[in-house]
Amino acid sequence: MASANWQTLGRVYYEKMEMYALEWGDQIDLSKFIVAAAPYGGPLALLQDISSNPNIGTTVRPLLTVFTSAGKMISQMRWNSGRIKQLGWSHNEELLCVQDEGTVLVYDIFLTFIRQFGMGQEAKETKVLDVRIFNSYKGTGIAILTCSFRVFIVNSIDDLRIRRLAEVPGLDSAPTAWGIITMDGQSQALVAKGNELYLIDHGGQYQKQEIEISTPLEAIIDMAISFNNKYIALFTESGLVWIGSADLKKKYCEFNTKSPQKPTQFVWSGPGAVVAMWEKMMLVIGPDKDYIPFHHDSTVSLVEEEDGIRIIGRDSVEFFRKVPQVTEQIFKIASMEPGAMLYEASREFERQSQRADEYIRTVKDQLDVAVSQCIQAAGHEFEPSRQSALLKAATFGKCFLTDYNPEPFVNMCQMLRVLNQVRKPSIGIPLTYTQLERLTMPVLIDRLVMRKYFYLAIRICQYLKLPEAEGASRILAHWACYKVQQKNEDDEHLARVIADKMGDTPGVSYSEIANKALEVGRPDLAIRLLDYEPKASRQDSMIQGEFFMAIRNIPEACSLFLQYCRQQNPQMMEQLYYQEDNFQEEATCKVVNSFKQEQVDEEIRLLKYQRRLEEELHREYTDLSLHETIHKLIIDNSHKMAETLRKEFKAFVDVCMKQNNKLEARKYVQRVTPDKKVACLIKVGLLREAADVAFQNRSEDELNRVLRKCSVTDRAVEDQVKGYRQQLATAGKR
Amino acid sequence: MAAAPGVSYPDVFQIKTRTKKALERVLNRENGVDKIFKLDRTDKNKSLVGCNRRMYLVRPKVNLIKIIADQISNEQLRGENRRYRIIMVPRKLFLCETLLEQEGVFGLCELDELDLDLLPLDADIMSMEAPDFFKSYYMDNDLTGLHTVSRGLLSIERIFGEIPNIYCLGRAGKMCYELLRRLSGGEKLITPDYPRSEIGHMFLIDREVDLVTPLCTQVTYEGLLDDMFGIHCACVEFGSEVTSKQQPVKVMLTSQDQKRKDMKSVQDMKEFVANDLRQLNQQKANLSYHIGACEQIIGQKNKGDFQEYIQTEHSLLEGSSMRENVNYIEESINKQDSKLSCLKLLCLLSLTLDGIPSKEYKSLKTQFVQSYGFEHMITFHNLKKVGLLREQEVPAGSKIPTVDVDLRSPCDMSYVFSGAYTPLSCKLVEQVLQREGFLGLEEITRHLPGGVHDDIKLRTPGKGKRSGGKAMSNQPGRAAKVVLVYFIGGCTYSEIAALRFLGKQTGYQFIIATTSLYNGSSLLETVMEKSQV
Repeated sequence: MASANWQTLGRVYYEKMEMYALEWGDQIDLSKFIVAAAPYGGPLALLQDISSNPNIGTTVRPLLTVFTSAGKMISQMRWNSGRIKQLGWSHNEELLCVQDEGTVLVYDIFLTFIRQFGMGQEAKETKVLDVRIFNSYKGTGIAILTCSFRVFIVNSIDDLRIRRLAEVPGLDSAPTAWGIITMDGQSQALVAKGNELYLIDHGGQYQKQEIEISTPLEAIIDMAISFNNKYIALFTESGLVWIGSADLKKKYCEFNTKSPQKPTQFVWSGPGAVVAMWEKMMLVIGPDKDYIPFHHDSTVSLVEEEDGIRIIGRDSVEFFRKVPQVTEQIFKIASMEPGAMLYEASREFERQSQRADEYIRTVKDQLDVAVSQCIQAAGHEFEPSRQSALLKAATFGKCFLTDYNPEPFVNMCQMLRVLNQVRKPSIGIPLTYTQLERLTMPVLIDRLVMRKYFYLAIRICQYLKLPEAEGASRILAHWACYKVQQKNEDDEHLARVIADKMGDTPGVSYSEIANKALEVGRPDLAIRLLDYEPKASRQDSMIQGEFFMAIRNIPEACSLFLQYCRQQNPQMMEQLYYQEDNFQEEATCKVVNSFKQEQVDEEIRLLKYQRRLEEELHREYTDLSLHETIHKLIIDNSHKMAETLRKEFKAFVDVCMKQNNKLEARKYVQRVTPDKKVACLIKVGLLREAADVAFQNRSEDELNRVLRKCSVTDRAVEDQVKGYRQQLATAGKR
Repeated sequence: MAAAPGVSYPDVFQIKTRTKKALERVLNRENGVDKIFKLDRTDKNKSLVGCNRRMYLVRPKVNLIKIIADQISNEQLRGENRRYRIIMVPRKLFLCETLLEQEGVFGLCELDELDLDLLPLDADIMSMEAPDFFKSYYMDNDLTGLHTVSRGLLSIERIFGEIPNIYCLGRAGKMCYELLRRLSGGEKLITPDYPRSEIGHMFLIDREVDLVTPLCTQVTYEGLLDDMFGIHCACVEFGSEVTSKQQPVKVMLTSQDQKRKDMKSVQDMKEFVANDLRQLNQQKANLSYHIGACEQIIGQKNKGDFQEYIQTEHSLLEGSSMRENVNYIEESINKQDSKLSCLKLLCLLSLTLDGIPSKEYKSLKTQFVQSYGFEHMITFHNLKKVGLLREQEVPAGSKIPTVDVDLRSPCDMSYVFSGAYTPLSCKLVEQVLQREGFLGLEEITRHLPGGVHDDIKLRTPGKGKRSGGKAMSNQPGRAAKVVLVYFIGGCTYSEIAALRFLGKQTGYQFIIATTSLYNGSSLLETVMEKSQV
């Protein structure tokens, strides 16, 4: 039975399944390592924990190793930089090593150094006490707690702006717990000082938080924020777990673990359960005070995923998740859901039993629901045999439907083939269907390319029929860039190999590859590669850098070039201004671009409208300007159309006045927005009315404006306006 | 029009608007030209199946060349075979050739250049008719135009002899002069025969030297016509409000009209009847148009707001009552008066104050942008770049003396601005001619951006104190009195009127050359960020 290893957490089912037997066998004792694993089935980084072994002096360089999720070693190096405070992964699967003086070193999965940056002077001087690496709205962020108990935060490692968060009042020792919450596009830190909670932000504000709790609140010693940043769990001194919404306004439950000991790991499993871990004991707590205890026979490491947790043990990787709803609907014992019936029917059909027909009859009316349930459930399965059983059930059900859209079925088959491929232990990316939907296919392909599985990536692109320019040829370009870095091959040979493989696949830029070759110091290879470049202009881009430097010193040439760029290559112009730190001009470029965008949008809107008019009225309107269109509509007696078009675009009064058509203009004045009404009335010459409206608007300015327009003949109006002004003034005093 | 081909089969000309105005009188069927088109983005030339040859007459600009390349490659795609010839005015640019090559149509085109540097617009006016010059030179710092100016000067020198006395005002003036000497360097086989030259003096005036004049409201007749109706290539187009005809009417403007006044004897009259009566009817019609135009102008100018406007302009020029002026400008902006007039006043304010105080500048800019749209943030930026606007920290005043002038029988050049202001450019010409050089003008020339430079080969005896130049005694008097004034960066009809007036007063004969003729509005329009609808 599929539901055999389901466990209930209140009314919800959870399941734990084995994903891989780890390739590293028994050789690794996780308790001796600092472990960092990337979400979405990403790689693991293990660093020897030298602090736990006092016998090892600081001179020893610990080993840093990167494994796939299946425990296959990708790379290894001896760490010879400073003391690592924390390891973590960015959303691009870059390894972030945060050192205790605030320096962050960034490596790729092959442990090739990419770059490094600091977290500010204060971190450098006072040292880092604790680090959080978190998902922000902009990517991956880093927050550090300095030994002076201040929090510094970078919202995105790709856009380094270090901000200091507000200080927690009276904080004179390390906070008992802290975490980062991203809400409404802003990252804030939640800091616990004993039993007081403070939310601090980079605007210099702190807010003391109160939570609803039945017993007096004790010191909070740990906290966990869910993967989607919506929920939070707090752990107090006496072992109480408080679960609530991330803004702390809503409480879901309190659960007493009765453990005075702080859990070694305290994380969320999807949005529905909190997992606390003490050595080998794991406790899953649901929002309704239900719990499931687990016991592991060795130290394990928990990796938060969007829809569950990965449990990395000594010899296997398991996945713990809430049973997806469709799966539950189909496999729950005695389920009467259409999907369950169809699945049964299909199994009976396999056994050549006539009961298949009976089952089908019971769900005849809901067969389409049944089919899509089976398809969905297949997506959530890991075991290929069960995937195919469910898909078979879906095909079986499809036979009885006449107009069923086959697209979801085909898509699911494709997705599953891809998922099964990347889940293979040799590749080791254990993505679930839910995760893939979030990650998207292009990102998955990028990750394969990054792991240098070029062939697989290309085959996936071809299989999914992705356009060559964004699929195969892009991968080929990556491959070639990687290829030119292999120094042991001779230039001529390599160039030919590359050209053979790439042929003239559309979208391949030989100059990019040549640039790479130049970077690694192989100019001859670069030249050979450039010979294959079909676009002459791209050949030039190689020397562009030098060209920029050369013309900088000749203002005349520089301005000519800029002018050329303005018409031919606005992006390059922007870059140039950026390089020259000419912010004003750079801003101008940006403004012009956005204007163009807006203009195009407007034009598209008009064209759409015109097409609709043509369809309705069977007359030609396309390519007329807005005014011409309105004009023509009026002439053609389609006043209503003209009116709606006007509303969509612009106001009318001015036009009427220009034609000296006061009567017509008056009609429109009534429809003008109140703030412009006075001006329009003045224009039309209705001074008295203008004065009335101005008074209604309680605007002295407008009254004055009316007054200025009054000539000798308008004495009556003048007096009236003055009266109004008086009234306003007295009203204002009161 | 030597470049027009005398071929027997129909040709199609594709040209750009401005050039069209200048050339449509020359090219017609008799010259083998079937039809003239205006070049634009849309591909409306499909109907011309019969033509197997097409000619483009364009300025060498990237966007135009791009349109042409698109047209050609489109036609190639449709399988239409034609021969193309692209004539660039005034010269081929390497950039354009490269572009054609990049677009893959270089092989299909023959390239030519038409060295059309100066177009005579009147007996004493020549113009390059390149209104973009101002923008590309002052804003984009593109020196291509200067080369054309120098080439124009070179052709003048080839015809009329090398000009002995040259005065350069401003940076562009000096650059053009140096370029001219470089261009002519190769030709000089024998020492120039200065006394034979038909032009005695030449002024090369960088517009930067006097940006105030173009911004002032013109009150001479031609100036008014230009301000109201716009003069292009000495042609003014009157709409129905003037002519009471449905079709707009084009009228040529020349100072020849005035010659009629010079008729004195019966003999003159006889000649007139014999030769010119035919034109009289045309003249009569023109006259009625001009009267119509005058009425229109008077109608416009008698309005209250115009009076206020001109008053503000004058007090700006006087440098007085700055507070009121700023208030007026603010009010105009908020009333949404013509944005060009507001900009003109803003620029005048900046130029006369040597920069608008920072606080006022910021507030005016904000109001302007809020009133006329945010694209004008860029307009302000552009104006700053060309030097028409400046933001300054410490205010400083400058005063321009005014003279009371009887407008009916003017005695001073300032009549062209109702006595409120003498065009600085013309005043400088007057002063320099008086002194034959910049000697004694140091107080003024010190303030001119880019400085001054002169090259004097012939002197009138007794004038000027510098040694070196030959005496001008043997020069025929006529040539010494002929002065070519070249406005690099454009000039206005007011300046022409002022120089004509100066000519009458002093006996000099002025020939005016310029990159283009414009008025304050059309000048600012080239710099303004185009509205997006």
